[in-house]
Amino acid sequence: MDFAPSFALIIPELILTGAGLILLLWTAWAGDKAARPISLAAVLAFLVSGLMLVPGLHSGAIGPDTLAFGGLLKIDSFALFNKALIYLAAIGCLLIAPAFFNSEAAGSERGMRAEYSVLVLFAALGMSVMVSANDFMSLYLGLELNSLAAYVLASILREDTRSAEAGLKYFVLGALASGILLYGVSLLYGFTGGTDFAGVREGLTGELGTGALFGLIFVMAGLAFKIAAVPFHMWTPDVYEGAPTPVTAFFATAPKVAAIALTARVVFDVFGAQVDAWRQIVMFTALASIVFGALGAIGQENLKRLLAYSSINNVGFILLGLAVATQAGAASMLIYLFIYVAMSLGSFTALLMLRSESGDLYETFGDISGLAVTRPAIAWSLMLLMFSLAGIPPLLGFYSKFVVFQAVVEADLIAFAAIAIAASVIGAFYYIKFVKVMFFDAPTDLVVGKSGFAHWALLGVMTAIISPLGYLLTPSISDLAGKAAGALFAAV
Amino acid sequence: MDGFPILTMMMCVPLAGAIICLFAGENGARMTALAATLITFALGVLLWLNFEIGGAQWQFTEKADLVAGFSYSLGIDGIALLLIMLSVFLMPICILASWTGIKKRVGEYMSAFLFMETLMIGTFAAQDIFLFYVFFEAGLIPMYLIIGVWGGDNRIYASYKFFLYTLLGSVLMLIAMFWMTTTAGTSDIPTLMQYSFPAGPQTWLWLAFFASFAVKVPMWPFHTWLPDAHVQAPTAGSVILAGVLLKLGGYGFLRFSLPMFPQASAEFAWLVFALSMVAVVYTSLVALVQHDMKKLIAYSSVAHMAIVTVGLFAFNVQGLEGAVIIMLSHGLVSGALFLCVGVIYDRLHTREIDRYGALSNNMPYYAVFFLLFTMASIGLPGTSGFVGEFLSLAGIYQISTTVALVCTTGIILGAAYMLYLYRRVAFGPEKNEDAQAMGDITVREWAMLAPIAAVVMWMGVYPESFLAPMRGDIAALDARLASAVPASDSELVVAAPRAEAANAVAPVEGHSDGGAH
Repeated sequence: MDFAPSFALIIPELILTGAGLILLLWTAWAGDKAARPISLAAVLAFLVSGLMLVPGLHSGAIGPDTLAFGGLLKIDSFALFNKALIYLAAIGCLLIAPAFFNSEAAGSERGMRAEYSVLVLFAALGMSVMVSANDFMSLYLGLELNSLAAYVLASILREDTRSAEAGLKYFVLGALASGILLYGVSLLYGFTGGTDFAGVREGLTGELGTGALFGLIFVMAGLAFKIAAVPFHMWTPDVYEGAPTPVTAFFATAPKVAAIALTARVVFDVFGAQVDAWRQIVMFTALASIVFGALGAIGQENLKRLLAYSSINNVGFILLGLAVATQAGAASMLIYLFIYVAMSLGSFTALLMLRSESGDLYETFGDISGLAVTRPAIAWSLMLLMFSLAGIPPLLGFYSKFVVFQAVVEADLIAFAAIAIAASVIGAFYYIKFVKVMFFDAPTDLVVGKSGFAHWALLGVMTAIISPLGYLLTPSISDLAGKAAGALFAAV
Repeated sequence: MDGFPILTMMMCVPLAGAIICLFAGENGARMTALAATLITFALGVLLWLNFEIGGAQWQFTEKADLVAGFSYSLGIDGIALLLIMLSVFLMPICILASWTGIKKRVGEYMSAFLFMETLMIGTFAAQDIFLFYVFFEAGLIPMYLIIGVWGGDNRIYASYKFFLYTLLGSVLMLIAMFWMTTTAGTSDIPTLMQYSFPAGPQTWLWLAFFASFAVKVPMWPFHTWLPDAHVQAPTAGSVILAGVLLKLGGYGFLRFSLPMFPQASAEFAWLVFALSMVAVVYTSLVALVQHDMKKLIAYSSVAHMAIVTVGLFAFNVQGLEGAVIIMLSHGLVSGALFLCVGVIYDRLHTREIDRYGALSNNMPYYAVFFLLFTMASIGLPGTSGFVGEFLSLAGIYQISTTVALVCTTGIILGAAYMLYLYRRVAFGPEKNEDAQAMGDITVREWAMLAPIAAVVMWMGVYPESFLAPMRGDIAALDARLASAVPASDSELVVAAPRAEAANAVAPVEGHSDGGAH
């Protein structure tokens, strides 16, 4: 068997693997002193492998040429689109980290650890495998590579009990989810006799047996855990609150993209012949995520917890696009993912900039009271981000809801769309609470710490993307998303 | 004017001003805002002068494919022209009204107003249904900030209520828009206005649009956000809210509900009539017992807008024309009344009616303006209010005498609460020394009130200037609605003809042989 074409397809992953291993050695010898150059090297590795994605993305890679290693991986433009998003999110999370870890208040105990960048690299590598998986074996491999790196990332502040708690919770619940997923996979293997997506799909045509149905449900439950969709969302607020903020930003963006892309791949490629079986599950989780994500956020005082609920809420909208089970729906889901990543990165960067003189982070509503007077630039950016998350035009967040609901209505699920959009109004309540606290309340003058260039630059770029200027990006994004969705459906 | 994108220019000037205001100092922001609104007004005048009456229905059209999913296409007809003129005319006045009253965060305040102006022009000029939605909804952001940051004591509650109420109303409309564009295959408003949707879905579509527009108008019982928002907003905020934002609801009915769903509109006319009748009587009575001047005018707005909705659903030319004229007139008059409240609020910092009295002694010019706008609000002939209300009620009389009867009581009740207000504020005994010590209106306040007074009189004496640009569009709309006109209860009933002439005298028994004639 000639592996040359297969290796040519996974060049980005090879670059990431090589970079990860080299940087790991560098870390081992140079220690934390070299944390900053290592993080820059990691950014460079992401940029280079990201550039490798461009030709395939542009031409819309599709068809049998995209299969690698005898069908274990499928590097089509759907995989490429999600990889590009993952790499971009990872770069963002690498850039915002040093300023957070190396603050004066923290001292040497909390300094930026060199492993951070290496772990992000390996996590992203795992996600790369996840989004291009075409077999349950490679799926699980990617998932676990990502998860193991992520568990360590969550507890990277070893001295901090909240961080340790977040890591432990993430690990226990993540392991449980992996177990559930694996059990589902084993059931599917037992009833269909294969682990590759095409083979399982073939075995699932016609009447769905009880055993295979259980397999499907367990697989869906495991995936729902990974994307933090209701009713498997309960770990999210705790982990998001406890993990260091740059890590939370990472969790809210890259793994979410990977897990959602994986879910899409599984439901269309594996369960494509059983649309009715999985569709009701996805429809229920979508609606439940929107409603519970919105209701759960209302009472929250902690901003990171609130953004955790917000991400649950957003996952609900992304799943709406999936529930449509059409190519337009899948494309809308990808557009939503892109905009969601920009909004989340921007919001978490803004949270990272809420610092005291000594560099401690502020995390509650009380701390940002009257921010518009004391720190207008942060407050205005955060206001735009929040209105965008709420889906108020003319911000780009509206466009993401626009495409998703358009796809839902085109598929004639009007009642479903009406309920979902009415529930989105509940969500608007807590997003505008941000604005109320920052703009209407009396200033507290707590947030006085300076922020570094990286934070300002990232916040500026993300705010520009979600501002009305972002609409100029929509023709090219929807073109790419259309090609990616086309590739996803090509096999079906 | 060929090729010059005047509508885009009119949106860009305030937008640029809004961005400059954020960075300019306090006085810089005031001057920038005034300059930007005046330039936009000048462009508006240019727009009106170049608008060809009786020409193409859609003029000054622009189109650009900037966004995937919908297009950036602009264009106006006569109705949109008039409403754009109303917006750009009121805007410099709003800036002047906030000149001294707003002391904190001036740059952000002016910026919010200019941003608002861009969005309002965009809403009236949008020719793509989604572009319309973007502008329509985006107005929530600046208005939320205006109420929340610069409002009164209960501003937080009012701003939340305003935001969530209107948002809930609008999102269902968005779903309806998706259905329409999927079915019709286009999101172009002029095409959709000619598209006939099947009767069954029309009902649902109409209700979805109604959910949004009824909140914006606002119609009873969806009006409860309005008094709160008005009372808490700063003066200029109230002017924009009453003057232009409330018109978005009426404009929506005119542009979407009526031409796109004529059958459903006829089917639901009873609902609109019922709500409007309740609104006219109920909110007028509520206005009568208010102690807060702004609240009183806010409730009177609900009553006036009810006559607009009645006129719109009269399905004839008089009703439609009257509705548009009331919208314009109400925009001017209620805006001016809020300014009048603002003038004395700036001096005494209370809106309590009882704290004033006998202002005609020490503020004679103010009293004259206030009287003029009071009369215009009542609908005195010679002012703009009369023209609109007369046309609307004449229109509705052709459909339903009952509705016309109930709505006309609104004029009487309007006279009651407005004159009662005027008597307590401007006449009566001198009650409070501080109120008597207030000086008459300043040059700045003259500059705010005099132009509105002039236009109110102009519209009252020679309404043709305002009727001419929209005549063709109203006629087109009337033709579109002709198939769906609901049955009228004021038609003449043709009875069976009598056997003899009506003046024939029945022959008296016993005198059949003639006699003295």
